Amino acid sequence: MRERTTELKNGRTLPIRRKDLSVWQKAYIPEIVKGLTLTLRQMFRPKFTREYPEERWEPTGAFRGRPVLVSESGTERCVACGLCARVCPALAIFVQAEETSREKERRPKVFEIDMLRCIFCGFCEEVCPEEAIVMSKDFEVVFADRRKSIFEREKLLMPMEELMDRLDFLHRCR
Amino acid sequence: MDYLIILIKIVVVMGIQLLSCAILVYFERRIAGFIQNRLGPNRVGPQGILQPFADVLKLVLKEDITPTAANRTVHDLAPIISLAVAFSAYAVIPFGNTINLFGREIPLVIADINVGILYILALSSIGVYGITLSGWSSNNKYSLLGGMRSSAQMISYELPMGVSLLGVLLIAGTLRLGGIVAAQSGWHWNVFLQPLGFITFLVASFAETNRLPFDLPEAEPELVGGYHTEYSGLKFGAFFLAEYANMITAAGIITTFYLGGWQFPYLETFGLPAFWVSIIQVLSFVVKVVALLFFFIWVRWTIPRFRYDQLMNLGWKVMLPLALLNLLGTALWITLF
Repeated sequence: MRERTTELKNGRTLPIRRKDLSVWQKAYIPEIVKGLTLTLRQMFRPKFTREYPEERWEPTGAFRGRPVLVSESGTERCVACGLCARVCPALAIFVQAEETSREKERRPKVFEIDMLRCIFCGFCEEVCPEEAIVMSKDFEVVFADRRKSIFEREKLLMPMEELMDRLDFLHRCR
Repeated sequence: MDYLIILIKIVVVMGIQLLSCAILVYFERRIAGFIQNRLGPNRVGPQGILQPFADVLKLVLKEDITPTAANRTVHDLAPIISLAVAFSAYAVIPFGNTINLFGREIPLVIADINVGILYILALSSIGVYGITLSGWSSNNKYSLLGGMRSSAQMISYELPMGVSLLGVLLIAGTLRLGGIVAAQSGWHWNVFLQPLGFITFLVASFAETNRLPFDLPEAEPELVGGYHTEYSGLKFGAFFLAEYANMITAAGIITTFYLGGWQFPYLETFGLPAFWVSIIQVLSFVVKVVALLFFFIWVRWTIPRFRYDQLMNLGWKVMLPLALLNLLGTALWITLF
């Protein structure tokens, strides 16, 4: 490393730090050959590409996928308190309550999430006092019609057994 | 009858060239993927081999936009010039010696004209017009900058290209490409006789084809798309095709001038029938061209782009003196021995 200086307009001098190249490096062609061998070696290395539809990725419990209603032995845990609808920053959730004869006297008559609005923030899950709405591992939310973007109660219910990873994660980390 | 044969040759060569452009695009993307530890396109058809045809279909279906401020005539003309030049340069390159079909000796070159080298140099100079005009007529500052860079780059690199070709001329003593190939029989390939000239010519042809270490006319990060920023649809496709056709032509030219063209060393000593000798010679040409094309792609995904002043420095201060040195050395060799 050799010190060189440059003079600025205001009279100050600043050092330029420039690496001195050897003659071999200045000839450039040996360096090109080095680069070429490197890229050629890379060609035969294993690839990082995951060929998605065939080769699937299994998310961990920490993954925030599509929000679902936890269904415990056939019925939902939700008591239709409406906190999720209140906290939802995208106004994607609509809840309408109804009375039942079960031990928990309320249940949602209508529970809709507009999946075009949902931003997967997980606030609904965070605010839920019953741990009734959680983020699932499902990241493949597909519909071909705007009307089908509104997922209603039946579509949102998911058996608790399929959500154990997420529930464990919530118990551990929250 | 002779005209018919020439017509058939034109159709076959054009067809093969168009097809190999498509395959080349596929290989470019695939090799790029492999070098970057990716897979590249592998979905359309077996191993993705039909990908370029899907791309062409997409380009055909796209809207063809001409900016309102553009000069319409020139804007339309520029891709035509690029494409026509890219394809016509191939006419003089011999891809085989002669082949005996149905009792006729057919020379395997479309036009073996006696000023072949001049024809190629002239066409590559015209090729600049396509790029410069497209840059100017788009009425866009980035396009204009791309076009200007292209003309400056071509002028700087045509000189070392021509001078290094003079070395080949001195050895062969003819401007006819057939004669140049014939002078490289056995192992007398020009790449071994004048490696310096080969390197300067190779680097210059990278610059002439606007391939990566010298793709300043396009220069995505600084010039958006360079000269073809304002092109879309089939007119963009024409530039794209011209780039790859230029690559194939450049590989053919390098093969002809420096790698012995269709020559296969000591093939005549094997005592094969004449027909198979012709076939092997054509194959040897094809193999050399394919190897060079791989090299073009390989270099593109290895070396970063030059800065503009570095490009000019390299062209005028390094390449030209080296080419002149090569010319001088060749001339001395010929006079002394």
